[in-house]
Amino acid sequence: MDCDVKIRARNIDFYYRRSRALKNISLDVLKKRVTALIGPSGCGKSTFIRLFNRMNDLIPGARVEGQILLDGFDIYHPKTDVVSLRRRVGMVFQKPNPFPKSIFDNLAYGLTITDVRDKEFIEHKVIDSLKKAALYNEVKDRLHDNALMLSGGQQQRLCIARCLAVEPEVILFDEPAASLDPISTRKIEELLLELKNEYTIVIVTHNMQQAARVSDYTAFMYLGELVEYGDTERIFTVPKEKMTEEYLSGKFG
Amino acid sequence: MRHFRETIYKWIFSVLAFASLLFLTGIILTLFVESYPFFVRHDISESIFGLYWYPTYDPPEFGMLTLITASFVVTLGAMVVCIPIGVGTALFLQELASASQRAVLKPLIEILAGIPSIIFGFFGMIVVAPFLQRLLGIPTGLNAFTASLVLGIMATPTVASLAEDAVSFVPRSFREASLALGANRWQTLTRVVVPAAGSGISTAIILGIGRAVGETMVVLMVAGGAAVIPHSIFDPVRPMTATIAAEMGEAVMGSGHYGALFAIGLILFFITLAINIVAEIISRRFRLKLGLGR
Amino acid sequence: MKYKTIHTAEPFTAHPGKAIRMSDFSQALGFLFLGACAAFALFFLGSILYFVIVRGAPAISWEFLTSAPRKAMTQGGVAPAIVGTFSLTLGAIAFAFPLGLACAIYLTEYSPKTILVNIIRLSIANLAGIPSIVFGLFGFAIFVKVFGFGVSMLSGSLTLGIMALPGIISASQEAILAVPQSYKEASLALGATHWQTIARVVLPSSLPGILTGVILNVGRVAGETAAIMFTAATFYTRGYPDSIFSEVMALPYHIYALMTEGTHPESQTLIAYGSSLILLTLVLVVSSLAIILRQRQRRVYGL
Ligand SMILES: Nc1ncnc2c1ncn2[C@@H]1O[C@H](COP(=O)(O)OP(=O)(O)OP(=O)(O)O)[C@@H](O)[C@H]1O
Ligand SMILES: [Mg+2]
Repeated sequence: MDCDVKIRARNIDFYYRRSRALKNISLDVLKKRVTALIGPSGCGKSTFIRLFNRMNDLIPGARVEGQILLDGFDIYHPKTDVVSLRRRVGMVFQKPNPFPKSIFDNLAYGLTITDVRDKEFIEHKVIDSLKKAALYNEVKDRLHDNALMLSGGQQQRLCIARCLAVEPEVILFDEPAASLDPISTRKIEELLLELKNEYTIVIVTHNMQQAARVSDYTAFMYLGELVEYGDTERIFTVPKEKMTEEYLSGKFG
Repeated sequence: MRHFRETIYKWIFSVLAFASLLFLTGIILTLFVESYPFFVRHDISESIFGLYWYPTYDPPEFGMLTLITASFVVTLGAMVVCIPIGVGTALFLQELASASQRAVLKPLIEILAGIPSIIFGFFGMIVVAPFLQRLLGIPTGLNAFTASLVLGIMATPTVASLAEDAVSFVPRSFREASLALGANRWQTLTRVVVPAAGSGISTAIILGIGRAVGETMVVLMVAGGAAVIPHSIFDPVRPMTATIAAEMGEAVMGSGHYGALFAIGLILFFITLAINIVAEIISRRFRLKLGLGR
Repeated sequence: MKYKTIHTAEPFTAHPGKAIRMSDFSQALGFLFLGACAAFALFFLGSILYFVIVRGAPAISWEFLTSAPRKAMTQGGVAPAIVGTFSLTLGAIAFAFPLGLACAIYLTEYSPKTILVNIIRLSIANLAGIPSIVFGLFGFAIFVKVFGFGVSMLSGSLTLGIMALPGIISASQEAILAVPQSYKEASLALGATHWQTIARVVLPSSLPGILTGVILNVGRVAGETAAIMFTAATFYTRGYPDSIFSEVMALPYHIYALMTEGTHPESQTLIAYGSSLILLTLVLVVSSLAIILRQRQRRVYGL
């Protein structure tokens, strides 16, 4: 079983300046599975998921204790190359954040920053990623239009495609459908189910049904602590903790 | 009764507003009225493209090309200094300075933008010019080069401060997206942040140009004052603003010279107006481009 | 961000390809350049402050601040110039502040929202960028000649005031427009009249922004030379101005005159350094005030 662990968090504590946002969290993310993080607002889901690609490095005064291993290697080791870490662990944010460039340039960005010059390869990769993100048919005639002209749902799929173009091993989704309508949300969910054959996925969501539909494993967090973690089906049917049960049945949160 | 009071207030304000608008349009009117006799008596294109500025000769010559060229050369030189330094400083503040450094440097730069131009003129005249004269072994330190340098430094805080504003308006999500794709900070800065803030930065630069074109005291004191087309950047020159400042005192009211100086003022007015309009148009595009307009 | 742990596993570097090392190299170069830019800017601006302070400080004394110039500007103090600068500035603001504020209130609150008003608003913003020497020309033609005020404190104050006007109007407009619509609606919904809403809700909440704009312009006006050169300033007066129609000395013009006229360069230079130090202190204190005010304002609005 251990060989299937992609990311292992060990005894993670996290502090924003003064306040402690994560308390002693240990959790294994399994390879080529979808892991969902649920919990009430402010419980630290975003904080936790952003540790996996070290996005929290950008926050002044933040501090992390404990260990996160990616394929057994410590990503917070001083010698870790953050840039190559982020190429292996991609991220899709809550609000779609395409660059104010053309659709094509948005997708090519991840390649050109590594000095890939081969035009044909880039074009192939762009189209391929757009197809994987189920966006190609909608935008194939206007690849050189500004990406900000797309609808919110299309923008989000663009961001997913942009992430795929880099060929990450893990993709982190922080409430990817939070700002989208039900139809766009469905499309993203279908996409997630497709992607899990190839990628390890961690997703934060507020939508219980969504977690139940797309994820294999679910972690329930509360006030910076990991309350319960296990098989999605089991968590949703026979939760061990009383708190989990109350949250899932809508008693708080 | 209450209605009456409201109406009174409204009227008071419209009268005052009208008065200030009157003053401001008065500027344009005055420039036209005072330079009108000059334009009647002298051919416009001959004056603008004339090479010889001898306002006190008999008959006088009012060729303004030397003055316009001087303004152009000095402004261009100033831009060579202040664009890289100003924009570089803005990017430094944004990307490299720690939060506490930025908290000190940003207001400091804004305060430095308020140093009166006379201080720069004074400094240029008494420190920079003699220093450059000795360093480069040139006949006089008061020349186009020194003026450009001092002017450029003077415009730097303005450019830096406005460019920093533009860069800090770039949504954090752009940076996060780029970093999350594995770009390093420099790539993120040059390929995402700067292009996104591009028109805002251009606006900053254009307003810096406006400041340099219209600056009087620095060029009056440091540029050397010779009304001839410069052959090298180390020649003394006499920009438009300096000409007005230096000669207004001696020009006889109503004379051709007097009108010519107002004509220069009018040209300056139109140049700066054009600069401001361009800046306005670009900054509007900026807001649209960042998706703030959608 | 800090990270504290015991490292058990080996560090990994994924795909340690050539491309990534290349980009790290350009990053180092780029950051070096940015650092150099900032250092260069600070060096130059710092050296101006340094020279003015170090060379100006010896000139400053009680006598320098309180007495008039003597012996053809080679001795004595600059008190009349200080007084002149203060009175010109005060006069300018006394003229421009009420007018500018009223204009801003009219344009934001009372004027119909037509294209014409928009054009007026834009033109005012553009007038702020016009060279001060052009304002000087205007003041000379209108106040000195047409109105017949002569070269005087009145002409100078009015010229400076008009120079400050566009800036004050723009800043006030911006501050007023930044007041959330919901405040106004709340006040109107409670039965307040339009004027009551302006006076009790709009103006109080936009006051800091308006003041910032005014103070910034005070600094600009106090240091201005070109606009007063032929409207107000004179190289030398015996004493203090006795009416608003007398010529005045002013610090900025005094510095210019000391450097370009007169026959005793050395002693004049020292006085010029002293005057520069006084002017610089004055202007920097004023603009720091404005900027501190603005910083605080930004923090309140969470910007
Ligand atoms: N940059 C920050 N500085 C200080 N505290 C922060 C910062 N970001 C988040 N926090 C705090 O850390 C805690 C966890 O926040 P986090 O964003 O991880 O919650 P979340 O579970 O993602 O919530 P949501 O579901 O609303 O997105 C919260 O109490 C929040 O206030
Ligand atoms: Mg969150």
